Amino acid sequence: MRVPVSYSFRNLWTRRLTTILTASGMALVVFVFAAILMLAEGLQKTLVDTGSYDNVVLIRKGSQSEVQSGIERLQASVIETQPEVALDAAGRPMLAKEVVVLISLPKRGTDKPSNVIIRGINEASLAMRPQVKLVEGRMPRPSSAEIIAGESVSRRFTGAGIGETLRFGMRDWTVVGIFDAGSTGFSSEIWGDADQLMQAFRRPVYSSVIFKLRDASGFDAFKARVESDPRLTVEAKRETRFYADQSEMMAKFLRILGMSLTIIFSLGAVIGAMITMYAAVANRTAEIGTLRALGFQRRSILGAFLMEALLLGFIGGAVGLFFASFLQLLTISTLNFQTFSELAFSFTLTVEIVWQALLFSLIMGFVGGVLPALQASRMKIVDALRTT
Amino acid sequence: MRTLKLIIRNAFRHKLRTGLTLLGITIAILAFGMLRTMVSAWYAGVEASSANRLVIRNSISLIFPLPMAYKDKIRQVNGVNLISWGNWFGGVYIEEKNFFPNFAVEPKSYLALYPEYVIPDVQRTTFINDRKGAVAGKKTADKFGWKVGDTITLKGTIFPGNWEFTIRGIYKGKDRSVDETQLFFHWDYLNETMRKTAPLRADQVGFYMIGITNPNLAGEVSTTIDRTFKNSLAETLTETEKAFQMSFVSMTEAILIAIQFVSIVIIVIIMAVVANTMAMTARERIGEYAVFKTLGFGGWFIAALIFGESLFISLLGTVIGIGLTFPVAAAFADYLGTYFPIFFVELQTVYLDIAAGILVGLVAALFPTWRAVNIRIADGLRRIG
Repeated sequence: MRVPVSYSFRNLWTRRLTTILTASGMALVVFVFAAILMLAEGLQKTLVDTGSYDNVVLIRKGSQSEVQSGIERLQASVIETQPEVALDAAGRPMLAKEVVVLISLPKRGTDKPSNVIIRGINEASLAMRPQVKLVEGRMPRPSSAEIIAGESVSRRFTGAGIGETLRFGMRDWTVVGIFDAGSTGFSSEIWGDADQLMQAFRRPVYSSVIFKLRDASGFDAFKARVESDPRLTVEAKRETRFYADQSEMMAKFLRILGMSLTIIFSLGAVIGAMITMYAAVANRTAEIGTLRALGFQRRSILGAFLMEALLLGFIGGAVGLFFASFLQLLTISTLNFQTFSELAFSFTLTVEIVWQALLFSLIMGFVGGVLPALQASRMKIVDALRTT
Repeated sequence: MRTLKLIIRNAFRHKLRTGLTLLGITIAILAFGMLRTMVSAWYAGVEASSANRLVIRNSISLIFPLPMAYKDKIRQVNGVNLISWGNWFGGVYIEEKNFFPNFAVEPKSYLALYPEYVIPDVQRTTFINDRKGAVAGKKTADKFGWKVGDTITLKGTIFPGNWEFTIRGIYKGKDRSVDETQLFFHWDYLNETMRKTAPLRADQVGFYMIGITNPNLAGEVSTTIDRTFKNSLAETLTETEKAFQMSFVSMTEAILIAIQFVSIVIIVIIMAVVANTMAMTARERIGEYAVFKTLGFGGWFIAALIFGESLFISLLGTVIGIGLTFPVAAAFADYLGTYFPIFFVELQTVYLDIAAGILVGLVAALFPTWRAVNIRIADGLRRIG
């Protein structure tokens, strides 16, 4: 014979204050747990989406980011003639020689400067990155002091809105367009004509060469050949790999911080649940004795109390998730330690995270409730009935 | 006195419950202390900076160099008494994860600008005289087992190639707020090599570091320098070392805010746990409180009992938590030294811990007290657990 679920539910209802306190403790933990997963997911998504699997990035051997790298014109031309480079409809190579530098710009409202990536592009740059779309204005005319800004840059930095001008390299640059690159790292960049920018910054060398593979499986052979070519001092990476490497340190930092916080927090919440459940058992000793005397088995009692703890966990989990879902409206922008530039990413809630958070809250409820429930089920009928 | 005894006896009536609550508070205070320490570690660079030092860098951004030729013009500015220069080298020792900051600097003036780096005089002289020499901080030297006289190789990320150095000195910090993880070597070594391999990049410095005679001159000196190089190919941005360090902190502000937010959340969670304990305790003892009232004790006495117990439990947990924070912080500093070169528990953190403990105790007792004080005697006596 099973104890009805409504028994567990009503018990929670009777001790509303305690239930609310315990559940809100759990809700906060689930909130933090979900927030961390969402942050990690958002960062991951930003990085994975930034690169395309078919694209190859070449930077100078030993340098870790495009900003540190330098590729001479001669070397860039050697790479351009490799057979692996895909051609577009007009027969031109889909390859871009880009220059990437950091400039520090003041943020809107605060005047605090932050580093922004500015990327000098060719015609092929846009074609190779289908995720980048112009949403406002137009593309910069070649050989002019015109630039386009990523959506999140134009929103957050002074002078980066459409029609506004930025001053660097002794020239004024007009923002003629805004591009949307979804949730990719490109949204945190400013793009302009490569040759113009090289002039302005007095940089005679490119930073990186990016091209689309004619055949996606040809990467390994290309990498082996290019990296052993004595004319070249470059290393080749798939674009997806390249961006994942770039924020490895940040991802690791968030992971360590997030996981240790979650563990500590869940300990606190489990203790809270345990206190509540122990009290629930202690207060109802006589009641448990009565239930046993009526013929309910030990297993049923165990089940009823576990059910109560699980319900408690579930309420906490649902409330925590509800509030965590609002985090999706937030965008986090912070300095990536490795590239030294701003990276914007947002909290991303996936179905998987919902399941994980709910499972996590049930586990917390279970761990908190299992010992008290065992205690309840082990009571001797006579002893239990004797207590008042 | 008798009240105090009653409070303590009451607190340990439910050993298991009190034990669990104590454990909860201990964990929360420990976590709170660690998070606060992390926040202060974030500001370590700002705290360690001196008001007498200014940093001059290219106004476009940090990655752009300044010409060597600026040196003499800067030196002429009124108020400047020391000038040094250097480059962020960004070399990697064997593997990328062995990160530590390394700089190419003009050794003599740089060490003069940083009196807080303590080096034995013999080591200082040999370092200054050896062009391939380097000084490393004690923490980094210990981590990799370097001794004076060892030869090490760094792989250049910004300046290509493998670079060999001889460790000529190991510096210690004057106090524990000094970063002991850095490595310095001769800027001349870097420059000579660049002249040979990449002549276009030679005679360029990443930053100038100047010492000024009087901190009050900082504003004046900065504007004079920046005006001197206005409208040149490399415009400068001069700011105090503190402002310079602060710019890094503000770029990572989002993470900082998140940590601060989370440290408050943990206190709220534990507040809920303790409040729950107190609510249950008070509910069980409603009958007793009614008896107290019957005997003529006032509401204040009952309030004192509940508040006392709540504060007693939370402060006991706080004390244990603070005690644990120190060893845990030490272990953490060893494990994550790459991210946080300076990591120690500040006195202020301990005060905050205590404040948080008191707050938790007070808030937790509020509602149960209200209920216990307001219940009518007859209702209280009638009620069964």
